[in-house]
Amino acid sequence: MRVTQGCFSFLPDLTDEQITRQVQYCLEKGWAVNIEFTDDPHPRNSFWEMWGLPMFDLRDAAGVMMELAQCRKVYGNSYIRMSAFDNSHGWESVRLSFIVNRPKDEPGFRLERHEMAGRNIRYTTKSYAVDRPEGGRYG
Amino acid sequence: MDLDASPMTDRVNLREELEAVGIEEILTQLDRELIGLKPVKTRIREIASLLLIERIRKRMNLTTDTPTLHMSFTGNPGTGKTTVALRIAGILHRLGFARRGHVVSVTRDELVGQYIGHTAPKTKEVLKKAMGGVLFIDEAYYLNRPDNERDYGQEAIEILLQVMESQREDLVVILAGYGDRMEKFFASNPGFRSRIAHHIDFPDYSNDELLAIAELMLHDMNYKFSDEAREAFTRYIAARVTQPLFSNARSIRNALDRMRLRQANRLVADLDRMLDADDVMSLQASDVLASRVFLKDKS
Repeated sequence: MRVTQGCFSFLPDLTDEQITRQVQYCLEKGWAVNIEFTDDPHPRNSFWEMWGLPMFDLRDAAGVMMELAQCRKVYGNSYIRMSAFDNSHGWESVRLSFIVNRPKDEPGFRLERHEMAGRNIRYTTKSYAVDRPEGGRYG
Repeated sequence: MDLDASPMTDRVNLREELEAVGIEEILTQLDRELIGLKPVKTRIREIASLLLIERIRKRMNLTTDTPTLHMSFTGNPGTGKTTVALRIAGILHRLGFARRGHVVSVTRDELVGQYIGHTAPKTKEVLKKAMGGVLFIDEAYYLNRPDNERDYGQEAIEILLQVMESQREDLVVILAGYGDRMEKFFASNPGFRSRIAHHIDFPDYSNDELLAIAELMLHDMNYKFSDEAREAFTRYIAARVTQPLFSNARSIRNALDRMRLRQANRLVADLDRMLDADDVMSLQASDVLASRVFLKDKS
């Protein structure tokens, strides 16, 4: 099951050229574009790991793309996303993020039902991928 | 990228092409604002022409790869290396060989780390900032410290060389420094020499050129010399050039700053006087002659 989160995730995967253009758009807005990766695809997982150092003061997308190429070399079978951070007063948060790399095989999620007192049921979504330990989740 | 946007053609009007990119404007500005430096200007004109033709060849589908544009500027202090680098960035940008046309100016400190594992991220950060523009490495020979084999400079050099080769279309590197030391630096790093296409040597200014530079600087700051002051300043230049630590245009700028200081002091000393614009604008001979340079001259 294809994970859809962040911008453009209902579109076909972006090509490198499209990613470059999106990153350039962010840089021209003055946002700092950083690369994050994870192998826990749960939609509520907000703690993705950052690749390298945060990248401030870039002018051209080529720098980000260089880092992305290196990140893909190491974590090519994980989720990688770009996050554009806006440091201007009043925002000080991520303005845009989109997935730029995903595992070859995405096993999807299952719904777990917890039976509570009085025949109540609570639901949890769980990714099949996290059944395996970190690092070995996508083969 | 505007290179791809321009339509494929097999006939090109060179004049229209030249006007369209507007580099002529930068080149004439270079001629007007930079005094002397004849060989440098000729060289830059040649490079600009080459790039213009290269751009047309690209449109005619005769060439596909980006030419090597890395340069090295050698010359004594204050001969205008940084200024020319800024202009080069403008030219490259107009011709579409640098997407953003900004200049990131760094020295050894910004490239080389202090402990193991510090250098690579540092160098890469600078490279990423410079992507799409020009990376200007001032006093590049400090990158290499041959006397210290544990120095991290070599690591920075290796990363630089790799990016200079693999991302030629993203980044133009300009190395600058004093002639003899750059020569030694290239000798110990043959990789650099072969990756640099244009070696430009900046000559020292003659005394007349230095005077012209001073006049231009003063004009920009809305000051002027009185006739006696000009004559005194000519003597000042002749004396200063022979003294140690002379750094061409930079020394002239500093000298002018000190003269403005003395002029202001002289004007403030006489509080009862009514000043007009001419008084505040003009530097007198006494402002020049009070310089330390003349003291040394006599002794």
